[in-house]
Amino acid sequence: MQSDSIQKTVGVALAVCLVCSVLVSVSAVYLQSIQEENKRLDKIKNILMAGGLYDKKADIQSVFKEKITSALIDLSTGDELSEEQFTAKLSPETFDIKEMAADKVLGQALGAEDDIAGINRIPKNMLVYSVVENGVIDKIILPMHGKGLWSTMYGFVAMSNDLKTIKGLTFYEHGETPGLGGEIENPSWRASWTGKLAFDDQAQLVLEILKGKVNPASAKASSQIDGLAGATLTTRGVEKMIKFWFGKNGYGPFLKKLREASSNG
Amino acid sequence: MANKYKDVLLDPIFNNNPIGLQVLGICSALAVTTRLQTAVVMSLAVIVVTAFSNLSVSLIRNHIPNSIRILVEMTIIASLVIIADQFIKAFAYDISKQLSIFVGLIITNCIIMGRAEAFALKNPPLISFMDGIGNGFGYTFVLLFVGFFRELLGTGQLFNVTVLPLASEGGWYSINGLMVLSPSAFFLIGLLIWAIRAWKPDQVEEN
Repeated sequence: MQSDSIQKTVGVALAVCLVCSVLVSVSAVYLQSIQEENKRLDKIKNILMAGGLYDKKADIQSVFKEKITSALIDLSTGDELSEEQFTAKLSPETFDIKEMAADKVLGQALGAEDDIAGINRIPKNMLVYSVVENGVIDKIILPMHGKGLWSTMYGFVAMSNDLKTIKGLTFYEHGETPGLGGEIENPSWRASWTGKLAFDDQAQLVLEILKGKVNPASAKASSQIDGLAGATLTTRGVEKMIKFWFGKNGYGPFLKKLREASSNG
Repeated sequence: MANKYKDVLLDPIFNNNPIGLQVLGICSALAVTTRLQTAVVMSLAVIVVTAFSNLSVSLIRNHIPNSIRILVEMTIIASLVIIADQFIKAFAYDISKQLSIFVGLIITNCIIMGRAEAFALKNPPLISFMDGIGNGFGYTFVLLFVGFFRELLGTGQLFNVTVLPLASEGGWYSINGLMVLSPSAFFLIGLLIWAIRAWKPDQVEEN
């Protein structure tokens, strides 16, 4: 048969596609469990990094078990869910932000006005973490996500137990341009967040990201962060993400409860 | 005969370097060479993909209809790249995050397509496979050269180990910021091409 006949052309095309698709599927399926495990460990690593507990030499799983406690909270009331309220779908072990947000019952759609972070749907509950030192909560670590320029950025923000000061920020999943928006992962930029005031004494959100450098002499410098050069839209996305998650639809009720508890206690 | 295999394997390093002489595959050479670690992983991925795409194309070279030649090659290369990407994600997760999209972009690396077109379509499988490895080595050589200088001068480190103590951390070396940015790779590749052509003047193109 001639190599250029129609039958042969179609035959070769089909055969090549078939073989290639089988190879790709097999490798994807067989390696998936290892990749999922990597992702899980990377998330734990990011929680530790946000909480300032990450040490290259230590085993991250044991540090995580020892220092971090997690709690599933109801975003609308800010209450922590008790173990009786856990279901097969909703429990700290199985909690997955994307799955929960997409779920008809456990997720909710955001109205256009509320959706400052550009994420359409959010889970009704969130899994939050705290760093406990000598029986006292030292920091709380809140997962946040928001739309950057190209992608949804997933990260963690750590706050000190005064509920005002930022203690750390990390991103574990995003698809921003490497070298520009991708610099949200840059350790020195992330370090510039540490110690900044997110809330003032009246519990108003004051944190903002500037375009360009912060003037250290400015009265607001303690709550301002340098924007990333060449990544205006990504930085704007990060700022909106912070606004949304610290706002009334995000962790607002939860933080309010914590503030009341600490002023009463 | 043995000589022929040696030639296809070693020629692409200096005599017929895919980046140095043919100036192919420049894009990824700029993107992944800020650190040697990423350069090494990227190079390994390219060696594997070039070798196996050459092998597969060569195996079916007598059956590929001319009208869909490029499509068939593209399909094979794309599949191999996805498989390589899956392996890197499974076994070198941190590096895969740094390489981000650039592993996927191996698909558009002209070296691989070029070798499939220029060599594998006309030669038997084994020697095509060797040619793929050889060209992968040629690419690796340039990446390591560029990566070595960029990491050393840009961060004072080699393979993430501090070689030149930084002034900001109490040492004496202050980093060259240009080296961290992509344009520095252009200068380094330019200097490398200049050096190779000064050494082997027959590579200089005639005007």
